[in-house]
Amino acid sequence: MKRFFLLLLPLFLLTSGLAQDWIKTGTGLGVEKVRLAVPDFNASTQDAKNADLLKAFNETLWNDLDNAGIFDMVSKSFYPLGQVGTPADVKFEGWSAPPPNAAMLAFGNLGVSGNGMTVQGWLYDVKNVTSPQVLGKQYQDAATTDAARTTAHKFADEIIFRLGGGIPGIAESKIYFVSSRSGHKEIWAMDYDGANQHAVTHLGSISLSPRVSPDGSRIAFSSMTKSGWEILMYSLDLDRLVSFPRFGGTNLSPAWSPDGTKIAFSSSRSGDPEIYAVDSSGAGLKRITSFKGPDVSPAWNRKTGTQIAWVSGRTGLPQVYTMEADGTNVQRLTDQGYAVSPAWSPNGQFLVVSWMRKYGPGAPGAQDIYIMDIASKQWVQLTHDGGRNDFPYWSPDGRHIIFQSSRAGSLQIWTMLADGTNQKQLTFAGANSQPNWSWK
Amino acid sequence: MKQRKLRWMMLAFVLMTIMTLGACKKKVAPPPPPPPPPPAAPTASLTANPNTVEKGGSTTLTWQTSNATDVSIDGVGAVQPSGSQSVTPADSTTYTLTAKGAGGTQTATARVTVTAPPPPPPQPSATEEELFSQTVKDIYFDYDKSDIRTEEQSSLQGDIEFLKQHPNISFTVEGHCDERGSTEYNLALGDSRANSVRNALVQGGVAADHVKTISYGKEKPFCTESTEQCWQQNRRGHFVYGK
Repeated sequence: MKRFFLLLLPLFLLTSGLAQDWIKTGTGLGVEKVRLAVPDFNASTQDAKNADLLKAFNETLWNDLDNAGIFDMVSKSFYPLGQVGTPADVKFEGWSAPPPNAAMLAFGNLGVSGNGMTVQGWLYDVKNVTSPQVLGKQYQDAATTDAARTTAHKFADEIIFRLGGGIPGIAESKIYFVSSRSGHKEIWAMDYDGANQHAVTHLGSISLSPRVSPDGSRIAFSSMTKSGWEILMYSLDLDRLVSFPRFGGTNLSPAWSPDGTKIAFSSSRSGDPEIYAVDSSGAGLKRITSFKGPDVSPAWNRKTGTQIAWVSGRTGLPQVYTMEADGTNVQRLTDQGYAVSPAWSPNGQFLVVSWMRKYGPGAPGAQDIYIMDIASKQWVQLTHDGGRNDFPYWSPDGRHIIFQSSRAGSLQIWTMLADGTNQKQLTFAGANSQPNWSWK
Repeated sequence: MKQRKLRWMMLAFVLMTIMTLGACKKKVAPPPPPPPPPPAAPTASLTANPNTVEKGGSTTLTWQTSNATDVSIDGVGAVQPSGSQSVTPADSTTYTLTAKGAGGTQTATARVTVTAPPPPPPQPSATEEELFSQTVKDIYFDYDKSDIRTEEQSSLQGDIEFLKQHPNISFTVEGHCDERGSTEYNLALGDSRANSVRNALVQGGVAADHVKTISYGKEKPFCTESTEQCWQQNRRGHFVYGK
């Protein structure tokens, strides 16, 4: 168990030194990774559906654990021969000794019976022969590939929670984004791994900047209505738009406070785009900024809820600033170029921004994702792979960042670990942008 | 016997008297012989269908005569004794048919009313819209800027002049941006550009309540290439008639 305390400790120790160190420490990445072996689950019944469901389950479980960023996944080519479906099948020395040299083993079985599916899963500390079981779980659900994927997500999240310093996994989280694949920009949703992509709105207009509420029940977004750009509110519980006041002018970029009681957004109702805050019911509108030039893209400090980062063009090219939620104590964070789209990390320590550091006529105009330590204003560049990279947003566990990139030729949604590694494309159809990750 | 014979004779006499009297009465009132027929008088009728036409429209005259040897219609000329003909009167006209024959002359008339054409379909807006799109010039911006640069002043003054001459026109100024930079910031910037144009128009004397603004950010580019020339095309305040 000592190992698990070691994983927790660095979260609270902000060590100075190399920039990469403070990212990894602050995000829970970069500590010694647990070597985890995950042999494919076995069939526990004779049903014909087992093969398809096992394939979906095994792929999803492996990807979830691999994506988590805290495991050193032991390559399947090193695994001992023979299937491991139950505790009786585990030969400890075959797993704990080289070549697998695994610290942990996740294994189990899946069986379809009638319309139901039963999954049993275990997590073993294979170096602790006398008391190896860290986790034992049984799940029952419908015998569908969707249910098999969901069950894999649940089991992966259990493992990540146990081995990842007590931070809940993100395998069951959702991503909301803008897609134009229907011909209009609508709000879409998908699982965190890119599966199950589907449209949420069908407004036939231009809808942008989806932001899901902390409790996951509503999406605030900006849409071009007959009276101009307004903040609209979609209830995921009711599966329809619910009423929200129209403020007049151009209303953009809603952002939920972490307690879900307030929404900050940009409105030009006074003639100049300024940051406003309003109760999530729509009442109590209050203007926060007042300085000529566009003010847009607010983001609350997700830990304290008392500060707002946003983008202001008050000095010319847009820069990222922070202020108290009442508009006092304005601090400029970026010193040059074109900086937009701030998003606050769940632990309140970092911002990610999209930044063209050398912007202007004749400049190459690479737009990359940067992570910035708010206290020290130190920054580290996370993307270097060309294209325009924008709209970064944090995963609930603070270990991942989702963003949009044009590097593949069209605008698509990508994820990466918060240290910039493991970049993966999640969307491929049409043009997709402005990803927003659920809060849990 | 002598008496019986007498009675028979008297009866016969009476009967004969009655019969004779009856016959004599008929002979007293015989019908007069028919007079020789006079020459027949002509008849004439004339109708117009329809009897009301729009200016430039035509109507059909239909006539019938009898006992006429010489039939004519004013403005049409000599015609067959019966017939029909299409006419296109320039103004309201009373057509007179004259039928002459041995028995005299008969006339008939038909009135055709020519109405003024209906007012042409209301097109002043279409022409005003054409004028608007021909005259009003979009205002272009420097990158990341929303203030109106000096070389746009002549376009702006032209726009103000036209819009003041046509004070009934309502229109929208759309703020557009080039593809660089963020969606959200560009929407705010486009809003500033649209408002900048609107403010300049209102300062120039254009009625504020006839100018609406909307930002498109980089959502609806005029040009989609990644060149400075194309970007300049997209950085503009675009005028749209009648919204």
